[in-house]
Amino acid sequence: MPARLTREEVARIADLARLELPDADLDRLARELTGILTFAGQIAAVDTRAAEAAVEAGPAGGRLRADVPRLSLPREDALAQAPAADAAGCFTVPRVIG
Amino acid sequence: MDARATLVEIRDEVAAGGRRAAEVCDLFLARIAAIDPDLAAFLTVDAEAARREAAEVDRRVARGERLPLAGVPIAVKDTLATRGLATTAASRLLDGYVPPYDATAVARLKAAGAVVLGKTNCDEFAMGSSTENSAFGPTRNPWAAGRTPGGSSGGSAAAVAARLAPAALGSDTGGSIRQPAAFCGVVGLRPTWGRVSRYGLIAFASSLDQVGPLSRTVRDAAAVLTVIAGPDEADATASATPLADYEAACDRGCLGLKIGVPRRSLESGVDEAVAARFEAALAVLADQGASLVDVDLPHERHAVPVYYLVATAEASANLARYDGVRFGLRVGPPAGGGVDRMYRDTRGAGFGREVVRRIMLGTYALRAGYYDAYYQKAQLVRALMRRDYDAALARVDVVATPTTPTAAFGLGEKIDDPIAMYLADVLTVGPSLAGLPAISVPCGFIGASLPVGLQLVGRPFDEATVVAAAAAHERATPWHTAEPPAARLAGPAI
Repeated sequence: MPARLTREEVARIADLARLELPDADLDRLARELTGILTFAGQIAAVDTRAAEAAVEAGPAGGRLRADVPRLSLPREDALAQAPAADAAGCFTVPRVIG
Repeated sequence: MDARATLVEIRDEVAAGGRRAAEVCDLFLARIAAIDPDLAAFLTVDAEAARREAAEVDRRVARGERLPLAGVPIAVKDTLATRGLATTAASRLLDGYVPPYDATAVARLKAAGAVVLGKTNCDEFAMGSSTENSAFGPTRNPWAAGRTPGGSSGGSAAAVAARLAPAALGSDTGGSIRQPAAFCGVVGLRPTWGRVSRYGLIAFASSLDQVGPLSRTVRDAAAVLTVIAGPDEADATASATPLADYEAACDRGCLGLKIGVPRRSLESGVDEAVAARFEAALAVLADQGASLVDVDLPHERHAVPVYYLVATAEASANLARYDGVRFGLRVGPPAGGGVDRMYRDTRGAGFGREVVRRIMLGTYALRAGYYDAYYQKAQLVRALMRRDYDAALARVDVVATPTTPTAAFGLGEKIDDPIAMYLADVLTVGPSLAGLPAISVPCGFIGASLPVGLQLVGRPFDEATVVAAAAAHERATPWHTAEPPAARLAGPAI
Protein backbone atom coordinates (compact mmCIF):
# COMPACT_ATOMS: atom_id res chain seq x y z
CA MET A 1 0.00 0.00 0.00
CA PRO A 2 1.37 3.44 -0.84
CA ALA A 3 2.25 5.28 2.34
CA ARG A 4 2.00 8.75 0.89
CA LEU A 5 -0.54 10.26 -1.47
CA THR A 6 0.66 12.94 -3.84
CA ARG A 7 -1.25 16.04 -4.74
CA GLU A 8 -1.68 14.59 -8.26
CA GLU A 9 -3.23 11.39 -6.91
CA VAL A 10 -5.61 13.42 -4.77
CA ALA A 11 -6.58 15.48 -7.83
CA ARG A 12 -7.25 12.25 -9.72
CA ILE A 13 -9.50 10.90 -6.94
CA ALA A 14 -11.38 14.21 -6.79
CA ASP A 15 -11.88 13.89 -10.53
CA LEU A 16 -13.28 10.37 -10.16
CA ALA A 17 -15.61 11.56 -7.40
CA ARG A 18 -16.73 14.60 -9.46
CA LEU A 19 -15.60 17.08 -6.83
CA GLU A 20 -14.31 20.49 -7.89
CA LEU A 21 -11.89 21.43 -5.11
CA PRO A 22 -9.73 24.51 -4.57
CA ASP A 23 -5.98 23.91 -4.98
CA ALA A 24 -5.34 24.57 -1.31
CA ASP A 25 -7.69 21.71 -0.39
CA LEU A 26 -5.70 19.25 -2.51
CA ASP A 27 -2.58 19.75 -0.38
CA ARG A 28 -4.52 19.46 2.86
CA LEU A 29 -6.34 16.34 1.66
CA ALA A 30 -3.08 14.74 0.51
CA ARG A 31 -1.77 15.15 4.05
CA GLU A 32 -4.98 14.03 5.78
CA LEU A 33 -5.70 11.05 3.54
CA THR A 34 -2.10 9.87 3.88
CA GLY A 35 -2.53 9.98 7.65
CA ILE A 36 -5.85 8.15 7.61
CA LEU A 37 -4.67 5.48 5.15
CA THR A 38 -1.51 4.88 7.18
CA PHE A 39 -3.70 4.44 10.25
CA ALA A 40 -6.19 2.21 8.42
CA GLY A 41 -3.34 0.28 6.81
CA GLN A 42 -2.77 -1.54 10.13
CA ILE A 43 -5.37 -4.08 9.02
CA ALA A 44 -2.99 -5.33 6.30
CA ALA A 45 -1.23 -7.34 8.99
CA VAL A 46 -4.37 -9.14 10.21
CA ASP A 47 -4.52 -12.83 9.36
CA THR A 48 -7.89 -13.13 7.60
CA ARG A 49 -7.49 -16.61 6.15
CA ALA A 50 -10.18 -17.90 8.49
CA ALA A 51 -12.77 -15.49 7.13
CA GLU A 52 -14.92 -16.35 4.20
CA ALA A 53 -14.15 -14.28 1.14
CA ALA A 54 -17.83 -13.48 0.74
CA VAL A 55 -18.80 -9.93 1.53
CA GLU A 56 -21.56 -10.13 4.10
CA ALA A 57 -24.34 -7.58 4.12
CA GLY A 58 -25.69 -8.42 7.54
CA PRO A 59 -27.92 -10.87 9.34
CA ALA A 60 -31.20 -10.06 7.59
CA GLY A 61 -32.02 -11.79 4.33
CA GLY A 62 -33.53 -9.78 1.51
CA ARG A 63 -37.31 -9.81 1.34
CA LEU A 64 -39.05 -9.18 -1.94
CA ARG A 65 -42.57 -7.85 -2.27
CA ALA A 66 -45.08 -9.13 -4.82
CA ASP A 67 -44.33 -7.94 -8.36
CA VAL A 68 -47.55 -5.96 -8.71
CA PRO A 69 -47.80 -2.60 -10.48
CA ARG A 70 -48.65 0.25 -8.15
CA LEU A 71 -48.67 4.01 -8.08
CA SER A 72 -45.39 5.61 -7.15
CA LEU A 73 -44.45 9.21 -6.45
CA PRO A 74 -46.57 11.53 -8.63
CA ARG A 75 -44.49 13.21 -11.33
CA GLU A 76 -45.29 16.72 -10.12
CA ASP A 77 -44.16 15.83 -6.60
CA ALA A 78 -40.89 14.44 -7.94
CA LEU A 79 -40.29 17.51 -10.08
CA ALA A 80 -41.24 19.97 -7.34
CA GLN A 81 -37.80 19.71 -5.72
CA ALA A 82 -35.76 19.76 -8.94
CA PRO A 83 -33.32 22.63 -9.49
CA ALA A 84 -34.59 22.80 -13.08
CA ALA A 85 -37.52 21.20 -14.88
CA ASP A 86 -39.52 22.01 -17.99
CA ALA A 87 -43.19 22.34 -18.80
CA ALA A 88 -43.24 18.91 -20.40
CA GLY A 89 -42.57 17.37 -16.98
CA CYS A 90 -38.89 16.49 -17.36
CA PHE A 91 -35.80 17.26 -15.33
CA THR A 92 -33.54 19.52 -17.35
CA VAL A 93 -29.76 19.52 -17.26
CA PRO A 94 -26.97 21.50 -18.93
CA ARG A 95 -25.59 20.32 -22.27
CA VAL A 96 -24.62 16.61 -22.10
CA ILE A 97 -22.99 15.98 -25.50
CA GLY A 98 -20.30 18.03 -27.24
CA MET B 1 -47.55 17.80 34.05
CA ASP B 2 -44.28 19.47 33.18
CA ALA B 3 -41.42 18.69 30.83
CA ARG B 4 -40.10 16.10 33.29
CA ALA B 5 -42.88 13.77 32.17
CA THR B 6 -41.68 10.64 30.41
CA LEU B 7 -42.98 9.52 27.04
CA VAL B 8 -44.93 6.70 28.68
CA GLU B 9 -46.52 9.08 31.20
CA ILE B 10 -47.56 11.50 28.44
CA ARG B 11 -48.90 8.68 26.28
CA ASP B 12 -50.93 7.18 29.12
CA GLU B 13 -52.38 10.52 30.15
CA VAL B 14 -53.34 11.58 26.62
CA ALA B 15 -54.72 8.14 25.75
CA ALA B 16 -56.88 8.20 28.89
CA GLY B 17 -58.25 11.62 27.97
CA GLY B 18 -56.66 13.31 31.00
CA ARG B 19 -54.52 15.62 28.92
CA ARG B 20 -54.88 16.95 25.39
CA ALA B 21 -52.13 16.35 22.86
CA ALA B 22 -52.43 20.03 21.91
CA GLU B 23 -51.51 21.16 25.45
CA VAL B 24 -48.52 18.85 25.57
CA CYS B 25 -47.38 20.03 22.15
CA ASP B 26 -47.64 23.69 23.21
CA LEU B 27 -45.65 23.02 26.37
CA PHE B 28 -42.72 21.60 24.41
CA LEU B 29 -42.94 24.20 21.62
CA ALA B 30 -42.72 26.92 24.26
CA ARG B 31 -39.67 25.26 25.78
CA ILE B 32 -38.00 25.00 22.38
CA ALA B 33 -38.66 28.68 21.72
CA ALA B 34 -37.22 29.67 25.10
CA ILE B 35 -34.26 27.32 25.43
CA ASP B 36 -33.15 26.17 21.99
CA PRO B 37 -31.56 29.47 20.93
CA ASP B 38 -28.81 28.62 23.47
CA LEU B 39 -28.45 24.99 22.36
CA ALA B 40 -29.19 24.88 18.62
CA ALA B 41 -30.53 21.34 18.91
CA PHE B 42 -33.15 21.97 16.20
CA LEU B 43 -32.62 22.97 12.58
CA THR B 44 -36.31 23.30 11.75
CA VAL B 45 -39.38 23.69 13.94
CA ASP B 46 -42.77 23.97 12.26
CA ALA B 47 -44.98 24.92 15.21
CA GLU B 48 -48.07 25.25 13.08
CA ALA B 49 -47.68 21.78 11.57
CA ALA B 50 -47.01 20.32 15.02
CA ARG B 51 -50.16 21.95 16.42
CA ARG B 52 -52.18 20.62 13.48
CA GLU B 53 -50.87 17.11 14.09
CA ALA B 54 -51.60 17.40 17.82
CA ALA B 55 -55.16 18.58 17.17
CA GLU B 56 -55.65 15.60 14.85
CA VAL B 57 -54.39 13.26 17.57
CA ASP B 58 -56.92 14.76 19.98
CA ARG B 59 -59.69 14.09 17.44
CA ARG B 60 -58.50 10.51 17.00
CA VAL B 61 -58.40 9.92 20.77
CA ALA B 62 -61.88 11.43 21.09
CA ARG B 63 -63.10 9.02 18.41
CA GLY B 64 -61.86 6.16 20.57
CA GLU B 65 -58.77 5.20 18.61
CA ARG B 66 -56.17 3.42 20.71
CA LEU B 67 -52.88 5.08 19.90
CA PRO B 68 -49.64 3.53 21.22
CA LEU B 69 -47.88 6.93 21.26
CA ALA B 70 -50.90 9.19 21.78
CA GLY B 71 -49.85 12.83 21.84
CA VAL B 72 -46.16 12.14 22.38
CA PRO B 73 -44.02 14.99 21.01
CA ILE B 74 -41.02 13.68 19.10
CA ALA B 75 -37.95 15.35 17.63
CA VAL B 76 -36.64 13.79 14.41
CA LYS B 77 -33.04 13.80 13.23
CA ASP B 78 -32.62 15.70 10.00
CA THR B 79 -31.37 12.58 8.20
CA LEU B 80 -34.95 11.23 8.12
CA ALA B 81 -37.37 12.36 5.44
CA THR B 82 -40.44 14.20 6.73
CA ARG B 83 -43.22 15.00 4.28
CA GLY B 84 -43.64 18.74 3.89
CA LEU B 85 -40.93 19.53 6.45
CA ALA B 86 -37.44 20.59 5.33
CA THR B 87 -34.91 17.76 5.50
CA THR B 88 -31.28 18.71 4.92
CA ALA B 89 -29.07 16.15 6.68
CA ALA B 90 -27.36 19.36 7.89
CA SER B 91 -25.87 19.83 4.42
CA ARG B 92 -25.80 22.88 2.17
CA LEU B 93 -26.40 20.44 -0.64
CA LEU B 94 -29.94 19.77 0.63
CA ASP B 95 -30.65 23.23 2.03
CA GLY B 96 -34.33 23.89 1.38
CA TYR B 97 -35.16 20.32 0.31
CA VAL B 98 -38.73 19.42 1.32
CA PRO B 99 -39.40 15.68 0.92
CA PRO B 100 -42.63 14.56 -0.72
CA TYR B 101 -42.84 11.54 1.62
CA ASP B 102 -42.23 10.38 5.18
CA ALA B 103 -39.53 7.91 6.17
CA THR B 104 -41.20 4.68 7.30
CA ALA B 105 -40.10 5.23 10.92
CA VAL B 106 -41.63 8.72 10.86
CA ALA B 107 -44.84 7.52 9.18
CA ARG B 108 -45.23 4.82 11.85
CA LEU B 109 -44.71 7.33 14.67
CA LYS B 110 -47.37 9.62 13.21
CA ALA B 111 -49.81 6.74 12.71
CA ALA B 112 -49.22 5.81 16.37
CA GLY B 113 -50.23 9.30 17.51
CA ALA B 114 -46.82 10.92 17.93
CA VAL B 115 -46.41 14.59 17.02
CA VAL B 116 -43.29 15.68 15.15
CA LEU B 117 -41.97 18.88 16.79
CA GLY B 118 -39.17 19.50 14.33
CA LYS B 119 -35.89 18.35 12.84
CA THR B 120 -32.70 18.07 14.85
CA ASN B 121 -29.16 19.09 14.02
CA CYS B 122 -26.51 16.52 13.20
CA ASP B 123 -23.17 16.15 11.50
CA GLU B 124 -23.55 16.63 7.75
CA PHE B 125 -24.93 13.39 6.26
CA ALA B 126 -24.39 11.88 9.74
CA MET B 127 -20.63 11.99 9.22
CA GLY B 128 -19.05 12.99 12.49
CA SER B 129 -18.94 12.47 16.23
CA SER B 130 -19.59 15.98 17.54
CA THR B 131 -22.32 17.68 15.43
CA GLU B 132 -19.65 20.24 14.54
CA ASN B 133 -19.78 19.10 10.91
CA SER B 134 -23.28 20.53 10.51
CA ALA B 135 -23.33 23.14 7.74
CA PHE B 136 -25.64 25.16 9.99
CA GLY B 137 -23.42 25.39 13.07
CA PRO B 138 -22.81 23.14 16.08
CA THR B 139 -25.20 22.09 18.84
CA ARG B 140 -24.11 22.70 22.43
CA ASN B 141 -24.09 20.10 25.17
CA PRO B 142 -26.90 20.87 27.68
CA TRP B 143 -24.57 19.81 30.50
CA ALA B 144 -21.67 22.04 29.46
CA ALA B 145 -22.13 24.74 26.85
CA GLY B 146 -18.46 24.67 25.84
CA ARG B 147 -18.59 20.99 24.95
CA THR B 148 -20.06 19.02 22.07
CA PRO B 149 -23.19 16.92 22.50
CA GLY B 150 -21.46 14.16 20.53
CA GLY B 151 -22.65 13.10 17.14
CA SER B 152 -23.86 12.58 14.72
CA SER B 153 -27.33 12.64 16.37
CA GLY B 154 -26.18 15.46 18.68
CA GLY B 155 -29.29 17.57 18.19
CA SER B 156 -31.58 14.67 19.09
CA ALA B 157 -29.55 13.87 22.23
CA ALA B 158 -29.36 17.51 23.33
CA ALA B 159 -33.10 18.02 22.74
CA VAL B 160 -33.99 15.02 24.90
CA ALA B 161 -31.49 15.94 27.64
CA ALA B 162 -32.80 19.52 27.80
CA ARG B 163 -36.38 18.24 28.00
CA LEU B 164 -37.29 19.88 24.69
CA ALA B 165 -38.86 16.56 23.69
CA PRO B 166 -39.45 13.37 25.68
CA ALA B 167 -37.93 11.32 22.86
CA ALA B 168 -36.26 11.67 19.50
CA LEU B 169 -35.34 9.60 16.50
CA GLY B 170 -31.70 9.29 15.58
CA SER B 171 -29.71 7.24 13.15
CA ASP B 172 -26.63 5.22 14.04
CA THR B 173 -23.96 4.10 11.59
CA GLY B 174 -20.91 3.77 13.84
CA GLY B 175 -22.28 5.09 17.13
CA SER B 176 -24.31 8.13 16.12
CA ILE B 177 -27.16 7.33 18.53
CA ARG B 178 -25.17 5.83 21.40
CA GLN B 179 -22.23 8.25 21.61
CA PRO B 180 -24.34 11.46 21.79
CA ALA B 181 -26.71 9.70 24.22
CA ALA B 182 -23.71 9.01 26.46
CA PHE B 183 -22.38 12.57 26.15
CA CYS B 184 -25.79 14.09 26.98
CA GLY B 185 -26.80 11.67 29.76
CA VAL B 186 -29.77 10.07 27.97
CA VAL B 187 -30.73 6.64 26.65
CA GLY B 188 -29.89 5.77 23.03
CA LEU B 189 -30.87 2.49 21.38
CA ARG B 190 -29.35 1.22 18.15
CA PRO B 191 -31.55 -1.70 17.03
CA THR B 192 -30.21 -4.73 15.15
CA TRP B 193 -29.39 -3.92 11.52
CA GLY B 194 -32.63 -4.85 9.74
CA ARG B 195 -34.90 -4.35 12.77
CA VAL B 196 -36.15 -0.93 11.61
CA SER B 197 -36.84 0.07 8.02
CA ARG B 198 -34.32 2.46 6.48
CA TYR B 199 -36.80 3.74 3.91
CA GLY B 200 -36.53 7.52 3.96
CA LEU B 201 -33.30 7.53 5.96
CA ILE B 202 -30.76 9.53 3.97
CA ALA B 203 -28.18 6.87 3.21
CA PHE B 204 -24.63 7.15 4.54
CA ALA B 205 -23.32 3.55 4.75
CA SER B 206 -26.10 1.14 3.93
CA SER B 207 -24.65 -2.00 5.57
CA LEU B 208 -24.33 -0.09 8.85
CA ASP B 209 -27.09 2.56 8.98
CA GLN B 210 -29.95 1.94 11.39
CA VAL B 211 -32.75 4.12 12.83
CA GLY B 212 -33.41 4.16 16.57
CA PRO B 213 -34.76 6.14 19.53
CA LEU B 214 -33.20 8.46 22.09
CA SER B 215 -35.15 9.07 25.30
CA ARG B 216 -34.70 9.63 29.02
CA THR B 217 -35.77 6.15 30.13
CA VAL B 218 -35.24 2.67 28.75
CA ARG B 219 -38.99 2.03 28.78
CA ASP B 220 -39.56 5.10 26.60
CA ALA B 221 -37.00 3.82 24.09
CA ALA B 222 -38.73 0.43 24.14
CA ALA B 223 -42.09 2.07 23.44
CA VAL B 224 -40.70 3.87 20.39
CA LEU B 225 -38.93 0.74 19.13
CA THR B 226 -42.19 -1.20 19.36
CA VAL B 227 -43.81 1.26 16.95
CA ILE B 228 -41.00 1.71 14.41
CA ALA B 229 -39.70 -1.89 14.21
CA GLY B 230 -40.73 -4.59 11.78
CA PRO B 231 -40.82 -5.47 8.09
CA ASP B 232 -41.57 -2.88 5.44
CA GLU B 233 -42.41 -3.35 1.79
CA ALA B 234 -40.31 -0.30 0.99
CA ASP B 235 -37.10 -1.79 2.50
CA ALA B 236 -36.19 -5.33 1.52
CA THR B 237 -33.63 -5.48 4.33
CA ALA B 238 -36.20 -4.75 7.05
CA SER B 239 -36.50 -8.14 8.72
CA ALA B 240 -39.65 -10.15 9.42
CA THR B 241 -38.03 -11.65 12.53
CA PRO B 242 -40.82 -11.47 15.14
CA LEU B 243 -40.84 -8.51 17.52
CA ALA B 244 -40.82 -9.01 21.27
CA ASP B 245 -42.83 -7.10 23.87
CA TYR B 246 -40.06 -4.58 24.53
CA GLU B 247 -41.92 -2.67 27.23
CA ALA B 248 -42.65 -5.86 29.15
CA ALA B 249 -38.97 -6.78 28.81
CA CYS B 250 -38.14 -3.67 30.86
CA ASP B 251 -39.66 -5.42 33.89
CA ARG B 252 -37.74 -8.68 33.51
CA GLY B 253 -34.76 -7.60 35.58
CA CYS B 254 -31.33 -9.08 35.07
CA LEU B 255 -31.38 -11.93 37.58
CA GLY B 256 -29.38 -14.79 36.06
CA LEU B 257 -28.22 -12.82 33.03
CA LYS B 258 -24.63 -13.39 32.00
CA ILE B 259 -22.86 -10.18 31.15
CA GLY B 260 -19.65 -10.42 29.18
CA VAL B 261 -16.87 -7.91 29.77
CA PRO B 262 -14.14 -7.71 27.08
CA ARG B 263 -11.40 -6.78 29.57
CA ARG B 264 -8.54 -7.00 27.11
CA SER B 265 -10.23 -4.62 24.65
CA LEU B 266 -10.68 -2.08 27.46
CA GLU B 267 -7.13 -2.23 28.80
CA SER B 268 -5.95 0.91 27.06
CA GLY B 269 -7.51 4.03 25.64
CA VAL B 270 -10.35 4.38 28.14
CA ASP B 271 -10.22 7.42 30.41
CA GLU B 272 -9.70 6.41 34.06
CA ALA B 273 -12.75 8.25 35.33
CA VAL B 274 -14.93 6.63 32.63
CA ALA B 275 -13.52 3.22 33.55
CA ALA B 276 -14.42 3.86 37.20
CA ARG B 277 -18.05 4.68 36.30
CA PHE B 278 -18.15 1.55 34.14
CA GLU B 279 -16.94 -0.65 36.99
CA ALA B 280 -19.59 0.86 39.24
CA ALA B 281 -22.25 0.06 36.60
CA LEU B 282 -21.05 -3.55 36.42
CA ALA B 283 -21.29 -3.76 40.21
CA VAL B 284 -24.90 -2.52 40.01
CA LEU B 285 -25.76 -5.21 37.45
CA ALA B 286 -24.05 -7.88 39.57
CA ASP B 287 -25.97 -6.62 42.58
CA GLN B 288 -29.21 -7.11 40.62
CA GLY B 289 -28.35 -10.75 40.06
CA ALA B 290 -26.34 -10.74 36.84
CA SER B 291 -23.09 -12.64 36.63
CA LEU B 292 -20.02 -11.09 35.07
CA VAL B 293 -17.94 -13.15 32.68
CA ASP B 294 -14.71 -12.19 30.91
CA VAL B 295 -15.00 -12.46 27.14
CA ASP B 296 -12.45 -11.88 24.40
CA LEU B 297 -12.99 -9.89 21.21
CA PRO B 298 -9.52 -10.31 19.68
CA HIS B 299 -10.22 -8.34 16.48
CA GLU B 300 -11.98 -5.44 18.20
CA ARG B 301 -8.77 -3.36 18.14
CA HIS B 302 -9.11 -3.10 14.36
CA ALA B 303 -12.69 -1.80 14.54
CA VAL B 304 -11.97 1.87 13.81
CA PRO B 305 -9.81 1.29 10.69
CA VAL B 306 -12.25 -1.32 9.38
CA TYR B 307 -15.18 0.99 10.01
CA TYR B 308 -13.62 3.98 8.26
CA LEU B 309 -12.79 1.91 5.17
CA VAL B 310 -16.19 0.18 4.90
CA ALA B 311 -18.28 3.22 5.79
CA THR B 312 -16.45 5.64 3.51
CA ALA B 313 -16.52 3.22 0.57
CA GLU B 314 -20.29 2.88 0.92
CA ALA B 315 -20.66 6.63 1.44
CA SER B 316 -18.77 7.42 -1.75
CA ALA B 317 -21.31 5.33 -3.66
CA ASN B 318 -24.39 6.55 -1.76
CA LEU B 319 -23.49 10.23 -2.12
CA ALA B 320 -23.09 9.91 -5.88
CA ARG B 321 -26.82 10.68 -6.07
CA TYR B 322 -26.21 14.34 -5.19
CA ASP B 323 -25.72 15.54 -8.73
CA GLY B 324 -27.76 18.75 -8.90
CA VAL B 325 -30.40 17.15 -11.12
CA ARG B 326 -33.37 15.87 -9.12
CA PHE B 327 -33.21 17.73 -5.81
CA GLY B 328 -31.04 19.99 -3.73
CA LEU B 329 -28.38 22.43 -4.75
CA ARG B 330 -27.24 23.08 -8.32
CA VAL B 331 -24.17 25.23 -9.00
CA GLY B 332 -23.02 26.26 -12.45
CA PRO B 333 -21.95 25.40 -14.98
CA PRO B 334 -20.24 28.57 -16.16
CA ALA B 335 -21.00 29.66 -19.72
CA GLY B 336 -19.94 26.98 -22.15
CA GLY B 337 -19.78 24.29 -19.46
CA GLY B 338 -21.73 21.05 -19.72
CA VAL B 339 -23.42 18.70 -17.31
CA ASP B 340 -20.15 17.21 -16.03
CA ARG B 341 -18.90 20.63 -14.95
CA MET B 342 -22.24 21.22 -13.21
CA TYR B 343 -21.83 17.96 -11.24
CA ARG B 344 -18.34 18.98 -10.12
CA ASP B 345 -19.23 22.53 -9.19
CA THR B 346 -22.38 21.44 -7.34
CA ARG B 347 -20.63 18.75 -5.32
CA GLY B 348 -17.54 20.85 -4.66
CA ALA B 349 -19.67 23.72 -3.36
CA GLY B 350 -22.34 21.68 -1.56
CA PHE B 351 -20.36 19.18 0.50
CA GLY B 352 -18.56 20.21 3.67
CA ARG B 353 -15.00 19.32 4.63
CA GLU B 354 -15.62 16.01 6.41
CA VAL B 355 -18.01 14.75 3.74
CA VAL B 356 -15.42 15.52 1.04
CA ARG B 357 -12.77 13.74 3.11
CA ARG B 358 -14.92 10.62 3.37
CA ILE B 359 -16.01 10.57 -0.26
CA MET B 360 -12.34 10.90 -1.25
CA LEU B 361 -11.25 8.14 1.15
CA GLY B 362 -14.05 5.85 -0.03
CA THR B 363 -13.35 6.53 -3.69
CA TYR B 364 -9.69 5.72 -3.08
CA ALA B 365 -10.48 2.51 -1.18
CA LEU B 366 -12.73 1.26 -4.00
CA ARG B 367 -10.30 2.05 -6.82
CA ALA B 368 -9.12 -0.71 -9.07
CA GLY B 369 -5.79 -1.88 -7.68
CA TYR B 370 -6.58 -0.81 -4.10
CA TYR B 371 -9.95 -2.54 -3.63
CA ASP B 372 -8.44 -5.81 -2.35
CA ALA B 373 -6.01 -4.10 0.01
CA TYR B 374 -8.56 -1.79 1.60
CA TYR B 375 -12.26 -2.51 1.12
CA GLN B 376 -12.05 -6.28 0.67
CA LYS B 377 -9.53 -6.65 3.47
CA ALA B 378 -11.72 -4.54 5.75
CA GLN B 379 -14.73 -6.77 4.99
CA LEU B 380 -12.69 -9.85 5.88
CA VAL B 381 -11.62 -8.37 9.21
CA ARG B 382 -15.24 -7.38 9.74
CA ALA B 383 -16.26 -11.02 9.28
CA LEU B 384 -13.72 -12.02 11.95
CA MET B 385 -15.06 -9.34 14.29
CA ARG B 386 -18.56 -10.72 13.80
CA ARG B 387 -17.30 -14.20 14.65
CA ASP B 388 -15.74 -12.86 17.83
CA TYR B 389 -19.08 -11.42 18.88
CA ASP B 390 -20.90 -14.65 17.90
CA ALA B 391 -18.51 -16.65 20.07
CA ALA B 392 -18.83 -14.24 23.00
CA LEU B 393 -22.62 -14.03 22.76
CA ALA B 394 -22.86 -17.82 22.69
CA ARG B 395 -21.48 -17.73 26.24
CA VAL B 396 -23.14 -14.58 27.57
CA ASP B 397 -26.45 -12.75 27.09
CA VAL B 398 -25.02 -9.27 26.58
CA VAL B 399 -21.58 -7.69 26.29
CA ALA B 400 -20.91 -4.56 28.37
CA THR B 401 -18.44 -1.75 27.71
CA PRO B 402 -18.35 1.97 28.35
CA THR B 403 -20.10 3.69 25.42
CA THR B 404 -17.23 6.11 24.86
CA PRO B 405 -13.58 6.27 25.96
CA THR B 406 -14.02 9.80 27.36
CA ALA B 407 -16.84 12.09 28.44
CA ALA B 408 -17.95 14.93 26.14
CA PHE B 409 -14.98 16.77 24.64
CA GLY B 410 -14.76 20.49 23.95
CA LEU B 411 -16.13 22.28 20.90
CA GLY B 412 -13.23 22.66 18.49
CA GLU B 413 -11.03 20.20 20.41
CA LYS B 414 -10.85 17.46 17.74
CA ILE B 415 -12.29 19.08 14.64
CA ASP B 416 -8.92 19.52 12.93
CA ASP B 417 -7.66 16.02 13.74
CA PRO B 418 -9.77 13.46 11.86
CA ILE B 419 -8.13 10.40 13.43
CA ALA B 420 -8.60 11.72 16.97
CA MET B 421 -12.28 12.35 16.11
CA TYR B 422 -12.68 8.85 14.63
CA LEU B 423 -11.27 7.31 17.81
CA ALA B 424 -14.19 8.82 19.76
CA ASP B 425 -16.17 5.92 18.20
CA VAL B 426 -13.71 3.19 19.22
CA LEU B 427 -16.22 1.39 21.47
CA THR B 428 -19.33 1.78 19.31
CA VAL B 429 -18.16 0.86 15.79
CA GLY B 430 -17.59 -2.82 16.65
CA PRO B 431 -21.24 -3.65 17.42
CA SER B 432 -22.22 -1.62 14.32
CA LEU B 433 -19.93 -3.67 12.08
CA ALA B 434 -21.36 -6.85 13.61
CA GLY B 435 -24.94 -5.60 13.03
CA LEU B 436 -25.86 -6.08 16.69
CA PRO B 437 -28.40 -4.26 18.88
CA ALA B 438 -26.78 -1.96 21.44
CA ILE B 439 -27.97 0.57 23.97
CA SER B 440 -26.28 3.36 25.87
CA VAL B 441 -27.68 4.25 29.29
CA PRO B 442 -26.47 6.89 31.77
CA CYS B 443 -24.12 5.39 34.37
CA GLY B 444 -22.88 8.39 36.30
CA PHE B 445 -20.94 11.58 35.98
CA ILE B 446 -17.38 12.78 35.87
CA GLY B 447 -17.26 15.65 38.30
CA ALA B 448 -20.68 17.18 38.76
CA SER B 449 -21.81 17.47 35.21
CA LEU B 450 -20.21 15.31 32.52
CA PRO B 451 -22.37 12.24 31.86
CA VAL B 452 -20.90 8.80 31.17
CA GLY B 453 -22.68 6.00 29.29
CA LEU B 454 -22.81 2.24 29.75
CA GLN B 455 -23.12 0.28 26.50
CA LEU B 456 -24.89 -3.09 26.45
CA VAL B 457 -24.67 -5.16 23.25
CA GLY B 458 -26.97 -8.10 22.51
CA ARG B 459 -27.52 -10.95 20.10
CA PRO B 460 -29.09 -10.20 16.71
CA PHE B 461 -32.77 -9.28 17.12
CA ASP B 462 -32.59 -9.74 20.90
CA GLU B 463 -33.32 -6.13 21.79
CA ALA B 464 -35.53 -7.49 24.58
CA THR B 465 -32.59 -8.78 26.61
CA VAL B 466 -30.65 -5.57 25.98
CA VAL B 467 -33.48 -3.41 27.33
CA ALA B 468 -34.08 -5.82 30.22
CA ALA B 469 -30.51 -5.41 31.43
CA ALA B 470 -30.51 -1.67 30.75
CA ALA B 471 -33.78 -1.14 32.61
CA ALA B 472 -32.50 -3.17 35.56
CA HIS B 473 -29.48 -0.87 35.79
CA GLU B 474 -31.70 2.18 35.43
CA ARG B 475 -34.04 1.10 38.24
CA ALA B 476 -31.13 0.74 40.61
CA THR B 477 -29.49 4.09 39.81
CA PRO B 478 -30.52 7.77 39.87
CA TRP B 479 -28.57 8.94 36.82
CA HIS B 480 -31.46 9.15 34.35
CA THR B 481 -33.30 11.63 36.57
CA ALA B 482 -30.46 14.18 36.69
CA GLU B 483 -31.34 17.47 35.04
CA PRO B 484 -28.82 19.49 33.04
CA PRO B 485 -28.51 23.24 33.69
CA ALA B 486 -29.76 24.04 30.17
CA ALA B 487 -33.10 22.33 30.87
CA ARG B 488 -34.16 25.24 33.16
CA LEU B 489 -36.98 23.20 34.60
CA ALA B 490 -38.22 25.93 36.94
CA GLY B 491 -40.48 27.10 34.07
CA PRO B 492 -44.24 26.73 33.63
CA ALA B 493 -46.15 23.49 34.02
CA ILE B 494 -49.49 22.59 32.47
